[in-house]
Amino acid sequence: MNRRFSWFNATSLTLGFAFLYLPMVILIIFSFNASKLVTVWAGFSTKWYGELLGNQAFLDAAWVTLKVAVLSSTLATVLGTMAAYVLVRAGRFMGRTLFSGMIYAPLVMPEVITGLAMLLLFISIGMDRGVGTIVLAHTTFTMCYVSVVVSSRLVTFDKSLEEAALDLGCTPFDAFRSVTLPIIAPAVISGWLLAFTLSLDDLVIASFAAGPSSTTLPMKIFSSVRLGVSPEINALSTLMIGIVTVGVITASLISKQSIARQRAEEQAAART
Amino acid sequence: MRRFFLIATPYLWLLVFFLIPFVIVLKIALSDYAISIPPYTPTLDLSAGWEGITRFFSELDFENFTFLASDALYWKAYLSSLKIAAISTFITLLVGYPIAYGMAQASDEWRPTLMMLVILPFWTSFLIRIYSWIGILSGEGFLNQVLMWTGIIDAPLTILNTNVAVYIGIVYAYLPFMILPIYASLEKLDGSLIEAAEDLGCSKASAFWLVTFPLSRPGVIAGCFLVFIPALGEFVIPSILGGNETLMIGKTLYDEFFANRDWPVASAVAVVLLLILIVPIILFQRNEQKQREAN
Repeated sequence: MNRRFSWFNATSLTLGFAFLYLPMVILIIFSFNASKLVTVWAGFSTKWYGELLGNQAFLDAAWVTLKVAVLSSTLATVLGTMAAYVLVRAGRFMGRTLFSGMIYAPLVMPEVITGLAMLLLFISIGMDRGVGTIVLAHTTFTMCYVSVVVSSRLVTFDKSLEEAALDLGCTPFDAFRSVTLPIIAPAVISGWLLAFTLSLDDLVIASFAAGPSSTTLPMKIFSSVRLGVSPEINALSTLMIGIVTVGVITASLISKQSIARQRAEEQAAART
Repeated sequence: MRRFFLIATPYLWLLVFFLIPFVIVLKIALSDYAISIPPYTPTLDLSAGWEGITRFFSELDFENFTFLASDALYWKAYLSSLKIAAISTFITLLVGYPIAYGMAQASDEWRPTLMMLVILPFWTSFLIRIYSWIGILSGEGFLNQVLMWTGIIDAPLTILNTNVAVYIGIVYAYLPFMILPIYASLEKLDGSLIEAAEDLGCSKASAFWLVTFPLSRPGVIAGCFLVFIPALGEFVIPSILGGNETLMIGKTLYDEFFANRDWPVASAVAVVLLLILIVPIILFQRNEQKQREAN
């Protein structure tokens, strides 16, 4: 594409990013509002953060969410990486079409349907609903995202490296662990992060899979939002936006550094 | 043996937790509502042997589906979901295309940063991004205050709890899904094609319509599907921003299950929604396939 960056481009980018970020900026500003009224500015205050940290219900929900996210994303990464390996490397086997269909279907399935189906399964097999069932449900839909991310990396990865390891006497598992896994590690890590974020964020599937005693943070936020806007939710949202922003920026700086290091090493290798 | 284990583990997981649940949904959609636990009938009685199985199958029927077709609430909800999803997909395209175009024309140093700015909202909570609009759109919200302060309007507009708010929410939430595929196809575009068009006497605008836009079509199609498909089954946005006039099928399903406790009808609603979605999903996959072959 020929690059003739014009006023039109500058305007559309400015307006576009203003649209994307302004609502969150306003939310963050009003989280420091002294007034209980969410839309009237009454001076700077951090009292809502204090109230939030004293609110046991929110803290409990945050703990449940974190537990679910760590467990389900870890399980999803293991299963999703296996599934990606099967899709890319296992060749033909019985029911392969069904398998790849089941990998891609959850990505486009509306959450209400996935949630309903999960709940009806748990009820039919008489499983008590709680943290366990949310983990199972989250693992199932996030493993598909992991396997898409990992398989796109596996496709571009040179199979002969793995074959060389096998020729040199590695067992298939050793070859996977010492050759394949280090190379696809960035994709596995970003798969884990993606699964983790999806699990933290999910409201609909969790509401179907959760029992009366287990509430995740999105469920808690959703029920308080329905009662009206509250400055506490603004404070909570600001904290969450802050954590994510710091995390994403750190991750991108780390990956930038590792690319730069890799380039330097390649240049050094080329010189010798 | 190891290969079998490798294939079987994710396979069985998906069979048990993804496919079988859908079979159960289908089965309950064919059952009848009952005041019992579980609240539907018939239930499969395996202890009665073969006779129990045949009796079970003979009692299944399509009654719930004829009910869906006869009750105006449901087909209105489907139609209104289709309408809301289609209109908001179109607006998202109108908003997203110029942004993607601007990104593709930015300098090489800027583009990774712009990309990150588009992806960052995707990592922040969906629920919070929708919630942030309540403070803007409500009666004494930010938008009304700005409009009244500048003298554009005299009385506050009612936007929150209307379909307009739902459109805004969908466009806002799914904008990155539209921008990224369009940007990907614009970025690959060969600039010399546009230069050639302009050398041959095209104006900038007609070069855009005759060369740039047709070449970005795969990205536009992918973006539209990525917005339309999730918007159709949307539950969170209409529940938070929509009002009484807002009728969407995802919300209807949720209410049918949790408020009315009519599991068979909720399941039938889900089955029909799936059937409606199959067409765009297949079209989307074909488009992706064509893209992959073209590369």
